[in-house]
Amino acid sequence: MSLVASHAPVLAIIIPLLAAPVCAMLRGTTFPWFLTTVISALSFAVSVQILLTVSDTGPISYMLGGWAAPWGIEYVADPLSAFVMLIISGISTGVLLYARESIAKEVPPHQLGLFFSAYLLALAGMMGITVTGDAFNIFVFLEITSLSSYVLIAMGEKADRRALTSAFQYLIIGTIGATFILIGVGLLYMMTGTLNIADIASRFDAIADTRPVRAAVAFLIIGIAIKLAMFPFHVWLPNAYSYAPSIVTAFFAGTATKVSVYLLLRFIFTIFGAEFSFGVVSLSELLMPLGVIAFLSMSTVAIFQTNVKRLLAFSSVAQLGYMTVGIALASEAGLTASILHIFNHAIVKTGLFLSVGCMVFVAGSAYLKDLEGIGSRMPLTTFGFVLGGLALIGVPLTPGFVSKWYLVMATLERGDFLGYALTAGMLLSSLLAVIYIWRVVEVAYFRPAPADAEAREAPLSLLIPTWIFIIGSFYFGIQTTVNVGFAEKAASFLMGGL
Amino acid sequence: MEQFTDIFLMLLLVAGALSVLYVRNLFVATMLLGAVSFIMALIFVSLDAVDVAFTEAAVGAGISTVLYLGTLALVGSDEKPARRRALVPLLVSLLVGTALVYATFDMPAFGRADNPVQTHVAPRYIEESPKEIGVPNMVTSVLASYRGFDTFGEVTVIFTAGIGVLLILSQLRRRREDEADLTDGPDTDTNMDNDAAASASPAERVGSEHDLVPHVVAKLLIPFILLFALYVQFHGDFGPGGGFQAGVIFAAGFILYSLIFGLHFTRQIVSTRLVKFLLALGVVLYGGVGVVSLFLGGNFLDYNVLSADPVAGQHLGILLVELGVGITVTAAMIAIFYAFAGRAEGRGNDIN
Repeated sequence: MSLVASHAPVLAIIIPLLAAPVCAMLRGTTFPWFLTTVISALSFAVSVQILLTVSDTGPISYMLGGWAAPWGIEYVADPLSAFVMLIISGISTGVLLYARESIAKEVPPHQLGLFFSAYLLALAGMMGITVTGDAFNIFVFLEITSLSSYVLIAMGEKADRRALTSAFQYLIIGTIGATFILIGVGLLYMMTGTLNIADIASRFDAIADTRPVRAAVAFLIIGIAIKLAMFPFHVWLPNAYSYAPSIVTAFFAGTATKVSVYLLLRFIFTIFGAEFSFGVVSLSELLMPLGVIAFLSMSTVAIFQTNVKRLLAFSSVAQLGYMTVGIALASEAGLTASILHIFNHAIVKTGLFLSVGCMVFVAGSAYLKDLEGIGSRMPLTTFGFVLGGLALIGVPLTPGFVSKWYLVMATLERGDFLGYALTAGMLLSSLLAVIYIWRVVEVAYFRPAPADAEAREAPLSLLIPTWIFIIGSFYFGIQTTVNVGFAEKAASFLMGGL
Repeated sequence: MEQFTDIFLMLLLVAGALSVLYVRNLFVATMLLGAVSFIMALIFVSLDAVDVAFTEAAVGAGISTVLYLGTLALVGSDEKPARRRALVPLLVSLLVGTALVYATFDMPAFGRADNPVQTHVAPRYIEESPKEIGVPNMVTSVLASYRGFDTFGEVTVIFTAGIGVLLILSQLRRRREDEADLTDGPDTDTNMDNDAAASASPAERVGSEHDLVPHVVAKLLIPFILLFALYVQFHGDFGPGGGFQAGVIFAAGFILYSLIFGLHFTRQIVSTRLVKFLLALGVVLYGGVGVVSLFLGGNFLDYNVLSADPVAGQHLGILLVELGVGITVTAAMIAIFYAFAGRAEGRGNDIN
């Protein structure tokens, strides 16, 4: 057991990373899925252990290869990275519980070994980005994550060939984003002579006022914004989420963009420092309008969608807007709201995508016209979707309400006109969310089902995990001490510097 | 003189890159890209980055060109005429270029001894690595040991690319077979424009059966290519080289054989299943070294604990992980080539 305790940060990554090649060799339909689920659950268990240790005793540092930083690569689990690791591995495990029957319908059986291998690589990649304390290592794991996610999205190709073009679009845009991040890291290395994040941070102030550093900041922020699908770099996301297999969409909706939000936080607060980011280069003035435009325009665009998966994808871009605004407020309260929303939105949106996945499983389509009367055909699934929708809108007792409450408190804390305007904008955006969720509800409950449609619920193996997410999101909406507690800890850690 | 060489190479690079953009024939563009990569490699040599130059020559000019050609065999070499002028992308490129030029103004002068990259982390690598790791090529020390986890990540990237290509291309082939079943008869007949090939099965048609000169030259070259790959693999501790370059060169030997003698015969030696197994094996070998060091009481990828003498442990560790890199890279390159060539074969096109 001491082996696990002393190596926990690296174990959370190498367990899925080393299981991936093994999984690629497996044949059959059930075994690759079973292995992946067990591995993901193990990674989740280690992440829980890490988060508990970190909140008891403070950040853990792990020297890879036994070489001290900055010569070797360092893993750092601190309150923020441990919290995000917990979210990633938790969402992954929950989605995998649902995956067996769902994916069998979407991917040919002889490819399941390779498919789950790519899934494990995506998981390991995201966990690696989160826990690493080395700027170049971020890029390496970003490559693993990106490549595997392009492949996973392209696997929706059996159901809809547009999956291939959306994966290709994401590949081109994502590669540009990753290249920008690499250029930024390279410039920082040139100016500081180190790749270790803590080490760069400690040498940053001395070189902050140089042109290479200003260029590095620009490249890093834009590169991360592309990966984050921040408005106006979001074009790839709705396509990718619409045509990917159900479980891939659910997995990425809860994790992939959240990892990018994490990266944004890490660079702005840990490396550049809040003083530089908001005082010297005034990132607030850049991020605030983008965030506001994102949640207002994308919530509006979501209303006009005819595909529920696409509708939820646009809603995701809008929700990322809230997180961006929280960061741009540059206060501890705003940061708490942002980090809290990473958790809350992950659990709510994954639940929603899983319930849509149930509808796709039975009705064979996510288009509104094919879901008429689905409320009477699949009562449990649709009720789950409605509850998830309420949580997304931010009705009291749901996590959406909790994080919006914190965000509103943070904006009102400013006490100026902008603060009130932001609050009004958020209320408006929530009303827009009511409309787009209502459109689905109307089609589901108030349109007659086609005469030839059979009334059949999704199998239990899909329904139970979906409801775990739905009930889970209500649990974290009522009993908020856990998620709010960890988010507050992470925010105060970031604001307090290293 | 050195300045003159640099400027000359840079101008050549710009000219090469621009001509790639202007040329309308994709076959010509691919060849030019190979030339650009070689110029790049020369620039790296001039910057004293021999290992990088080696990788660029092997990957950029070598294997990428072959893979591009494999793609062109599938899609043809004529570029579709652009429907509209791409003004926005041009503006974005100019903006990015401006930002990069802007960044160069306060840049530390190249090669100065008091630059941050020379004074902070690097001195330890230069002064201590002969004692700590005992490998003459410091680049190998940094890549395989100090920053060995990054290299593990890179091998995983190659592995991901390999399984990605397997997943996507094999899926497409399956669908075409489905479609072929729906339409009547095998559609391969329509493409048979070659009399000599008409009697052969599709698998044997890939390869140039009647060209004596390539046959003889390839037979002479292939053993040396494979031997050179092994040299690069196991001599990486002492000179430029290592698993990445060796893997690419080794794969190039097999790819050359397929191009000349036909995919069919290569598949008899190296089956698709074996390629898939090797693809996974390299990653497992690299990670396995890390896991063994965990159980021997060290941190992940700490080679010191692999042997009683830390330097011997480092040596063993580096040898094994480089072998892992070599195996996965070889397998990934062959897998990608198989996937493309297999598609061309199914279509009845000649991969040459």
